[in-house]
Amino acid sequence: MLKQVEGSHAMAEAIALCRPEVICAYPITPQTHIVEGLGELVKEGALVDCEFINVESEFAALSVAIGASAAGARAYTATASQGLLFMAEAVYNASGLGLPIVMTLGNRAIGAPINIWNDHSDAMSMRDAGWLQLFAETNQEAVDLHIQAFKLAEELSMPVMVCVDGFILTHAVERIDIPTQQQVDAYLPPYDPVQVLDPAEPASIGAMVGPEAFTEVRFLAHYKQTLALKLIPEFSAEFAKGFGRETGGLLRSYRAEDADMLVVAMGSVCGTIKDTIDEMRDDGIRIGLVVIVSFRPFPVEALRNALAGAKDVVVVEKSIAVGMGGQLANNVDASLRNLPRPPRLHSSVAGLGGRPITRTSLHHLFRQASVQPWEGTNFLDLNERVVGREIHRTRKTRRSGPTAENILRQLAKSVPPAAE
Amino acid sequence: MFQVRIHGRGGQGVVTGAEMLSVAAFIEGRHAQAFPSFGSERMGAPVVAFCRIADKEIRLREPILEPDCLIVQDPTLFKVIDVFAGLRGDGYLLVNTNKTFADLHLGQVVDRLPKGHAVIVPATEIAMKHVGRPVPNAALLGAFAALTQFVHLDSVEHAIGEAFPGKIGAANIAAARQAHEFVLMQQRQSAA
Repeated sequence: MLKQVEGSHAMAEAIALCRPEVICAYPITPQTHIVEGLGELVKEGALVDCEFINVESEFAALSVAIGASAAGARAYTATASQGLLFMAEAVYNASGLGLPIVMTLGNRAIGAPINIWNDHSDAMSMRDAGWLQLFAETNQEAVDLHIQAFKLAEELSMPVMVCVDGFILTHAVERIDIPTQQQVDAYLPPYDPVQVLDPAEPASIGAMVGPEAFTEVRFLAHYKQTLALKLIPEFSAEFAKGFGRETGGLLRSYRAEDADMLVVAMGSVCGTIKDTIDEMRDDGIRIGLVVIVSFRPFPVEALRNALAGAKDVVVVEKSIAVGMGGQLANNVDASLRNLPRPPRLHSSVAGLGGRPITRTSLHHLFRQASVQPWEGTNFLDLNERVVGREIHRTRKTRRSGPTAENILRQLAKSVPPAAE
Repeated sequence: MFQVRIHGRGGQGVVTGAEMLSVAAFIEGRHAQAFPSFGSERMGAPVVAFCRIADKEIRLREPILEPDCLIVQDPTLFKVIDVFAGLRGDGYLLVNTNKTFADLHLGQVVDRLPKGHAVIVPATEIAMKHVGRPVPNAALLGAFAALTQFVHLDSVEHAIGEAFPGKIGAANIAAARQAHEFVLMQQRQSAA
């Protein structure tokens, strides 16, 4: 049913339709509205046979989800940013133990400096933790990915993180098709765990494993992710049959057929990129987009095929591995490496800490990539004047003080107050 | 695509206003996207919310930089931020005030816009009368419908009723109607 609702609210409804049995929640912006919505549904009695557990921290939230999942319950939680960091140990445990928990990540920057706005730093911090990571481009896809995530998680016995851009999607009110209970029930069978703690048949989950077996356990985790490379498109296709729209999958291309330049990106910025591409296509520029939905597992082969014909590949991503560059760009590089004539790769870091990514800036970036390519990592819309002054100042003065505060002071001085 | 930017202060229902406008457009079968300016919102602080309306899917996720319509819920903001940034030459301006544009020193801005595209509405007064609280958002949406003719007053009323069921909704709907009538009256006067 079509509704005009907040993304978070729609996700809460979709998660409820998946009939979770345990929801553990600890609030953190911008994810809070999702678990609040679920809390209301449990309280109203709309979501039955579900225990909503308020916990004292994010560490507890995922730990309770781990316990619940191991005991055979369909378990869900959500977090963001520092909350994900606080549960880091449990994040590795959930995947290491092979527990099919679904978690929403309302993508947000990581401090310091404190910043509550959107980027992908949080997801990137746990990219190697063994979870599947799926990125939603729209709120419709966010809704649909949650339904696919439970099915994937339980089929593979692995946890899945659904990454949704904080604020940009979680707080946007737009037209979203909320599926019916019958549709979801037909798609997602009841949870049938491959391992379960059952007093009738005592077993332990979480053995101590020495050097004799640790490699094999890890190999099998990696192997399962390669299985996911097949299952994700399959379940996406099955979803399309039942729900009448194509969402999810490993990746998808937009106006890529004859493109000389292909942009690679994840999440909601792909919408703005598509609009930019349409404008550039109108000007006769052969440019297209590849949207990555599955960041883990990373679709190396599918991406190689998608990018093979391009001359230039521009990666636009909302995170930075400080000292290395963009994580997505590095992963894309891995998929291009073995091509006989690989496209030139251009890496741009954009939208950090909630900085808007505008069509104007993207136009400029894409033109620059073909005309005047840069070395290393480009920081979109970087205020070079502020950065230059701060570098100069820190060179001059040993006790130059905290960077963030210094930059804020500089900006306060340089912005004239609005005309009286 | 028609883009509306709403400026106000925390507590004035700026974000809810944008959301209700998007619901009104949705009711008319259109695509709409409402979103806040994403910050730490607190009472009294400047707040911005956005609403895009189109006949096809809205993919754009940048803030609204070139609004077709500005709704200003608090005229004290003119001194604090550049409210008019990016306002299109053929755009609309709707200001909540019981003063005149001349009193607010906005004569130049108004003159740049097409005739009849800028109106004032005492939306806070209207809200106080009907709702009993200084929440001008619903009244301003009624005025928006009259000013731009872009959504129908019925759809605005439906959207308000959905956001605020019961008595509060009815009071806000009454405020929207009065503000709508107020704008139509101004238009009739300037046409005469």
